[in-house]
Amino acid sequence: MSESGDHVTTRATEQPAPADETSAEAVETHPPHSPVTPIFRVRDLNVFYADFHAVKDVNLIIAENEITALIGPSGCGKSTVLRCFNRMNDLIDIARVVGDVRYHGTDLYAEDVDPVEVRRRIGMVFQKPNPFPKSIYDNVAFGPKISGFKGNLDELVESSLTKAALFDEVKDKLGDSAYALSGGQQQRLCIARAIATSPDVLLMDEPCSALDPIATMRIEELMQNLKQDYTILIVTHNMQQAARVSDKTAFFNVEVDEGGQRTGHLVEFDETGKIFTNPAQPATEDYITGRFG
Amino acid sequence: MTLDKPVIDTAAVVHQRLTGRRVQWRELAFETALLLMLLLSVGVLVVLLADVIAASLPVFRTRAGDFITGQLSSSATTAGVGSSIIGSLALTAIVAVLAFPVGIGTAIYLEEYAGDTRLARLVRTNIRNLAGVPSIVYGILGFAIFVRFVDAVGLGGATNGRNVLTGGLTLTALVLPIIIITASEALRAVPDSIREAGYGVGATRWEVVRSHVLPAAAPGVLTGTVLTLARAFGETAPLLLVGAVTGFFTLGSSATLLDRFTDAYGALPVTVFAWSRQPGDDFRALAAAAIVVLLVVLLTANAAAIILRNRYERKW
Repeated sequence: MSESGDHVTTRATEQPAPADETSAEAVETHPPHSPVTPIFRVRDLNVFYADFHAVKDVNLIIAENEITALIGPSGCGKSTVLRCFNRMNDLIDIARVVGDVRYHGTDLYAEDVDPVEVRRRIGMVFQKPNPFPKSIYDNVAFGPKISGFKGNLDELVESSLTKAALFDEVKDKLGDSAYALSGGQQQRLCIARAIATSPDVLLMDEPCSALDPIATMRIEELMQNLKQDYTILIVTHNMQQAARVSDKTAFFNVEVDEGGQRTGHLVEFDETGKIFTNPAQPATEDYITGRFG
Repeated sequence: MTLDKPVIDTAAVVHQRLTGRRVQWRELAFETALLLMLLLSVGVLVVLLADVIAASLPVFRTRAGDFITGQLSSSATTAGVGSSIIGSLALTAIVAVLAFPVGIGTAIYLEEYAGDTRLARLVRTNIRNLAGVPSIVYGILGFAIFVRFVDAVGLGGATNGRNVLTGGLTLTALVLPIIIITASEALRAVPDSIREAGYGVGATRWEVVRSHVLPAAAPGVLTGTVLTLARAFGETAPLLLVGAVTGFFTLGSSATLLDRFTDAYGALPVTVFAWSRQPGDDFRALAAAAIVVLLVVLLTANAAAIILRNRYERKW
């Protein structure tokens, strides 16, 4: 795995856009009547894996303290897009990101941006619970330790586990291996681990796909609480989940060209209520009513 | 088109079908053939072992302690493997000190840093090829390079560079590819999800490797290294070229530690080789006894490797 993925960044010539600026694209993609400030502005995002064009021309504006769901059929590039928000695609040698992903106005793919610092501010929860093969305590404490946390580590571990609604279940066995926990507990531990570095944003890549319905419900409740403090982006295969938890929904679809290449693109991005009741695009309606995917 | 309604067997027919035992001849023949192969392979080993142990019994029965501690000698009644054991342990220690850090460092670089470039693939392939090079070739390398090198830096001693340092360097070159391969495999067995988790909380590459990948890979790396050291312990051919002595030698009582490293040295497998070429039953018994000592050391090392693996093995 190589950290030095090859990034070609198309720099916008103008300075970071102020929050109230409404360019032509922003009007297209920014949901109407949104009172909240944008935290991410994605402009003309394209992702390639070697010669394979995985995601084409994505434009998105993500609002602060909201839950944004990315939905769509398999292979539509929603996970790939999610991984652009914390430069996780850097870890894939052949991945190449073109375009502009601005976080509080700073282009995340600029030459002088440190991906390590990006990931401390933009935490991630993965599809399969992936605790470190260490104790529960060490799982949560690792992030703060490496980022030079100077305060009381015990308190931080406790508060992170409490926020992740796990503390009561594990408070007597913080020294036990994280692998002794159930799948749902492991995933909440991963959430605790992600919030222990006090990020701004949580990226969740199908966080419930390996969990049973009760564990899923607990994570969904947790997301509603976390929304007070964090901006959450969630990729999900489960449309009911998107409808239940999210404020905004982005629907991605795949288009297959003559050569059989499957490229993902953003079809529609709007308030979740609107996407699920009155979508503007026929493809969205077909997908959410279960006609394909 | 509709499926035909399934024919319902009567209870009696079902009972008969379920319980009527038929001998599965093909199954039986195959199982018997496999068992025969097992017996053949184990049988050869058992015969070899029994033969060696039986041949060694006179030595162990009459002078076990004297044999274990004794020096090499041209007289079969006084010869022992003491100096050879010390020589072999010194060789193995040198290999461990040199090959362990270099091999594991190389493996970490290749697996965690180098990426999947054409050059990295070329290096990986060549390391695999090096692991298959016959050991005598490494002996020639050691003779051509290490002997002169050790002599040139002033550690040649009375043997002009054909000493235990040279032997250790040669064996290091021999086992390095194997250590790199086993360590690489252990590192590759660590799931990427662990690395992603580390990067995901803002760890640098070195932090991910040090705190998560290496501890997770440690059992595999350790097991592989112990087995590789056992291989170095039993290696004969290259040492014949870089000066392990087959005859009598002794160190004066005034010998310093440096002398021990720069003077003549013996090695257990080389001793076995030398004695088995001597005429006479008494030396054949000595050779058998030396083989038993060698096997005991090797089996101990392998057992240690298995215990290490079982104790630290992790599942994800």
